[in-house]
Amino acid sequence: MFDIVFWILAIIAIAAALAVILLKDVFRAALALILLFLVVAGIYLILSADFLAVVQILVYVGAISILIIVGVMLTHDVAHGNPPGKLRLPALIVSVLLLGALVLTMTSTPWLISKLPPQEPTTAFIGERLFGPGGFLLPVEMSAVLLLTAILGAIVIMREK
Amino acid sequence: MISDELHFLAPELSLLGFALLLIILDLVVKQKKILAGVTIGGLIVSIGFTVPLLSAPTIDIFYAMIAVDSYATIFKFLILGATLFIVLASQDYVNKFQRYQGEYYALLLIAALGLILLTETVDFIAIFVALEMSSIALYVLTGFLKDDKSSEAGLKYLLLGAVASAVLLYGMALVFGVTGKTCLPCVRSMIEAMSFVANSMPNPALILGMVLIITGFGFKIASFPFQMWVPDVYEGAPTPITAYLSVAGKAAGFAVMLRVLLMTFGMQSWLSMEWGIIIAVLSAITMTIGNVVAIPQTNIKRMLGYSSIAQAGYLMVGIATAGLAFNADTLGQSGLIFFLMSYILTNLGAFIAIIAISNKTESDAISDYAGMIKRAPILTIALSLCLISLIGLPPTAGLIAKIYIFSGAVQHNLLWLVVIAVINSCISAYYYMRVVKVMWLGTPSSQDKVPSSFALKFALALCCLGVLLLGILPGGFIGIAEAAVKMFGL
Repeated sequence: MFDIVFWILAIIAIAAALAVILLKDVFRAALALILLFLVVAGIYLILSADFLAVVQILVYVGAISILIIVGVMLTHDVAHGNPPGKLRLPALIVSVLLLGALVLTMTSTPWLISKLPPQEPTTAFIGERLFGPGGFLLPVEMSAVLLLTAILGAIVIMREK
Repeated sequence: MISDELHFLAPELSLLGFALLLIILDLVVKQKKILAGVTIGGLIVSIGFTVPLLSAPTIDIFYAMIAVDSYATIFKFLILGATLFIVLASQDYVNKFQRYQGEYYALLLIAALGLILLTETVDFIAIFVALEMSSIALYVLTGFLKDDKSSEAGLKYLLLGAVASAVLLYGMALVFGVTGKTCLPCVRSMIEAMSFVANSMPNPALILGMVLIITGFGFKIASFPFQMWVPDVYEGAPTPITAYLSVAGKAAGFAVMLRVLLMTFGMQSWLSMEWGIIIAVLSAITMTIGNVVAIPQTNIKRMLGYSSIAQAGYLMVGIATAGLAFNADTLGQSGLIFFLMSYILTNLGAFIAIIAISNKTESDAISDYAGMIKRAPILTIALSLCLISLIGLPPTAGLIAKIYIFSGAVQHNLLWLVVIAVINSCISAYYYMRVVKVMWLGTPSSQDKVPSSFALKFALALCCLGVLLLGILPGGFIGIAEAAVKMFGL
């Protein structure tokens, strides 16, 4: 059952990802990107990562997609779309080689697979890992500084000349 | 208890505190010179807090997120010192953006904070957050001027940096997928356990993860194939930030790269050899590209950009040696640290002289440096000294650094790499000496003297003194470098 759902989601994800890079219209590419984000959230769900799926929808589908669409609206000459680059063929060759290397690696690696059932609900466990003893408290605090830096940076970049 | 460990973080916390103080002060003080004073004060306080760490025990704090060790401490001194020089050298430059000096200095301190954290974190997640913290501050600083060139540089740096971060993250995810751990010592013990079971069969995902991690860090240190951002970013960024990227950014990049490689992939001889060879090949390509493309450059910042790619190539010889030595000795590691000390002083000196000169001439073209000896004799002599050190000629730090790092490489079967490096040094002499020749023998376009502030002269004098000191009396500094890497020995 999960297998079938996974393959359906995977095919939609790949199709959406291809649409993002192949569509000429930037706005449609943005819509395809939203579809991709949603499908990835679905994949998180079937992996029992419910919290991650919700965050994915809130942050990526909710915030980042809107940002991209507003960005498209504020851009001049957006009607010209994605101009074709000169490096299309080399890019294709490199991508296919990279894909080959990745697929070969993924399929030939003996992955560690846990025999334990997935923990549910995950939110409490994530909270414990982030803030509890032995957890990732320091990176959380560092992220706060990171966000402050981003805000400062945005102010500097957006200033009047 | 975690609160008992907080005092180990005093240098970082004081940097952050002063960065916040600067933002608030910027709102109330009219006299912007005070901000520079506060920044320098913050850096000195932070350096002061680093001194007690010299005698601190080697431990992991914050649930094995941060390592307190001599290796991290020496890099703290290097990065904080470099930041101090940059603040001194920025004095004349910040007048170009009168209103945003507070943000400029605050971002500089946050960048330093991120870079310091990068050298001491021992967990993939913390390493990534530290990397992003420093990178975002540096992206903004690169685009700070908001003119065409600076914005283009900032955007290029951001886009390519984001790609490199993604590559790095993919590598980390693969390593996590294989081992199920993110802290470096835990990853190492998992790898050790696995190799034992699987009879040293290389795990393909682990190798790919390692290669991707090397590639991702390669962006920070500007190694091939992620070197193409360097010339554009170096040319467009405010010159003090260019200098900062080329010294502090690079030092932290090398620090974290060496730490990750040694602590996670350095405990199995086949794995260690594997990355040693990868780095050696990348090193040869990097230095050759840097030196060959530097020859036709006409803009001095671009030329120094390519030169710093070449220097990154020489520095990678140290990492390659560390990989191939496989616990036999720590010549590669200490060579890398000594080379970094020499490189930081030399490059800072060169850039400070360029800041002073281009402030007056408003141009970075090498042809505008003609006859500079008549207009600014002290600056010219200092710049010439630094360029000679970059070639690696006596009596400067560059010579000792190259001898030290290359002799380590020869002892570990990297003679071919050293031959390539020596040929490269000869090529580099051509374009460095061309600048020296133009400055000493060219005819000046005007007779105006080039003025420079006291802070700038002071910083330049310290750099030149350091370059000569490391060149003439290297013993003590080699001792420091060796002490810093003792923890990697067995």
